[in-house]
Amino acid sequence: MTVPSLGEQYSGYARQEETLRFGMWIFLASESLLFGGLFALYAAYRGMYTADFDEAVRHNTLVYGTVNTYILLTSSLTVALSVWAIRRERARLAVGLLLATVALGCGFLVLKTLEYIEHWREGALPGPFYHWAEHPTFGANRFFTLYWLMTGLHALHVTAGLVVLLWLAARAQRRRYTAAHHTTLEMGTLYWHLIDVVWIFLWPILYLI
Amino acid sequence: MTTPPVGADTEDTGRFPAVELDTPAGAPAPDYLRDGHGVWSWLYTTDHKRIAIMFYVVVLLMLFTGGVFALALRVELLTPRRTVMDAMTYNRMFTLHGVTMVWMFLIPSIPTVFGNFVLPIQLGARDLAFPRLNLASFYIYVTGIVITVAGMLAGGTDTGWTFYTPYSDSSPTRVVPVVAGIFVLGISSIMTGINFIATTHMLRAPGLTWRRVPLFTWAIYGTSIIMVLATPVLGLALALVGIDHGLHLGIFDPAVGGDPVLFQHLFWFYSHPAVYIMILPAMGVISELVPTFAHRRPSSYVAIAISTLGIALVGFLTWGHHMFVAGISELDAVIFGALSMFVAVFSAIKVFTWVATLYKGQIQLRTPLLYFFAFLFLFVFGGMTGVAVATQSLDIHWHDTYFVVAHFHFIMVGGSVTGFLAAAHYWFPKMFGRHYSERFGLLAATAVLLGFVLTFLPQFLLGNMGMPRRYYSYPDRFQWLHVLSTGGSFLLAGAILLALLNLLLALRWGRRAEANPWFSRGFEWLTPSPPPKHNFEVPPHLDYSPNDYTLSEEDARDRAFTR
Repeated sequence: MTVPSLGEQYSGYARQEETLRFGMWIFLASESLLFGGLFALYAAYRGMYTADFDEAVRHNTLVYGTVNTYILLTSSLTVALSVWAIRRERARLAVGLLLATVALGCGFLVLKTLEYIEHWREGALPGPFYHWAEHPTFGANRFFTLYWLMTGLHALHVTAGLVVLLWLAARAQRRRYTAAHHTTLEMGTLYWHLIDVVWIFLWPILYLI
Repeated sequence: MTTPPVGADTEDTGRFPAVELDTPAGAPAPDYLRDGHGVWSWLYTTDHKRIAIMFYVVVLLMLFTGGVFALALRVELLTPRRTVMDAMTYNRMFTLHGVTMVWMFLIPSIPTVFGNFVLPIQLGARDLAFPRLNLASFYIYVTGIVITVAGMLAGGTDTGWTFYTPYSDSSPTRVVPVVAGIFVLGISSIMTGINFIATTHMLRAPGLTWRRVPLFTWAIYGTSIIMVLATPVLGLALALVGIDHGLHLGIFDPAVGGDPVLFQHLFWFYSHPAVYIMILPAMGVISELVPTFAHRRPSSYVAIAISTLGIALVGFLTWGHHMFVAGISELDAVIFGALSMFVAVFSAIKVFTWVATLYKGQIQLRTPLLYFFAFLFLFVFGGMTGVAVATQSLDIHWHDTYFVVAHFHFIMVGGSVTGFLAAAHYWFPKMFGRHYSERFGLLAATAVLLGFVLTFLPQFLLGNMGMPRRYYSYPDRFQWLHVLSTGGSFLLAGAILLALLNLLLALRWGRRAEANPWFSRGFEWLTPSPPPKHNFEVPPHLDYSPNDYTLSEEDARDRAFTR
């Protein structure tokens, strides 16, 4: 059984773990505002180019966006179950669930790449690279510029999240987490949930409405 | 890190494990400066006090760099046309001055140096909540500086520190490394903010309720909230400028349907609250030293603490006052103008509370208190002109003139730098265990005030007469005011150098300082000067107010340590 080291500034594990979780929540608040700026830009440009944005949203392939939403939501379930498994001292199950989450995250990225290739072919690219003949408007150009920026930033976060999950899986495999001490794992899963939540907002504004 | 025995219980006992000392039993613990030797014991340290000292060194280097740029600008402006540099160099120089001073000096200055050093001690904690994150924040800060300086050496940029689009998208200068460096500096800022917030919430000593948290810590706490919530938006806005400059996506470029005003919104959503990142810590320093040198409880602790949070909150809702002439709607302008004036209300509450604290106090006139008097004058002056420029009709006349330059230098330099120097003197005995020369300290503080007023008062007049900011040449009739301002800037630079030299010499030759040289009741003065590595040899129990001067020093010490 492994016990994590206790920082000398803490009076006990309970306090240390509570503080780590608290710090993680503040970090997530900060991360949300990173995306918040892009959402604000989206809202402003949508207000300026309403018709073009409507058109561009309708053009986006709903299937890609929706399947990816299912994938990410399922991955949030598996990652949450990994914490559940650790709390019952079932480390092997937890490793399996973390790897399943990684697989789902990779699946998300694969689908996203396929969709990117499709956009590339038709010329729905950001800024000066935009040459989609059907909608040669400023508004559609703005939409796809933002589309690439928002999904690109999100995909970067997914990639970072996958690295974190693999690291957590490796540590879980070495039995570093116990029912009593698994705060790092919890923090990693919180990060993955944030990635999921951001997508839940991206999905409607890029594919549905 | 203390490794507990295998199977240690997870309950919070409220007791700390015993500190393992290398010294023989009974001898006092070595202070943090002597606990560990050699370069690596500094570079790898997780001790918040040593990290604070490392920040101190770099922050002062940045003050020096930004100051040299400022002097170069002032020399160029001595004559109406070319004096020493061409127009392009001048444009680069004012950009570098702004970038260096804002992101490498002012924003990190008081929080990372004095916040880092003092905040955990004021809370009775042994360290910040996340010591390794603190060290990482330092190295990320240095990395940000290296990237930005590399950009400067490769030619710098001429957009001004505000990077307004669409010019910043197309400027032929090195925009990308400079914005990339600032992005990295922002990461450091966020990490430090998270650390301070978590520490204030979670590591307060037993008995230290929110109503007893020292006022400096309150200020750093408020500042950290702004750092954590505003910095990512700046990071995003500058990243978009960098992407736009590199790939010409035209995110804010009207030529392809973009809107440059949106950049201004995102930029000022951070950069206006950033003013409060600079001024709130200085106000915290003042709130700490006024009760100490008046030897009196602040006339209202609650008013100061609440107005700190008020400024932090309202600061998020005022950014539009930078854009009165950028084409925002009349209604928006009125709302932003009115909200901006709320900041003045909260600031005034603080100013009146400080002044009322002095009333009937037992005043010791020491260097930090003299800096407070300078601060009081400069901040009130800067604040009043702030209300003036928040008034739309007046701002249209003064927008983008030297009036605005003078206004924000009164707040940033007059407020933050005097706060920084006050802190540097106030906590000097605690940090280094020595006394600086009070005579030279007072002299330098006086010279700082005079130099400052001489530099920036003429700029109010220049702006009111119509001299635009950032201009390289100007009509001959403005010259006498520019000459006055340049003269003042050299006096100011000399005064700051004198102040810092006085501290530097005291490091070696200063008289030894006792634990509480100012007879304060502040918690950081309970521990020896300089403090031991773990801050307190016995974890304190802080169930009294840090401003309670009805308690004698001995009684306060007994209450803190005798259980």
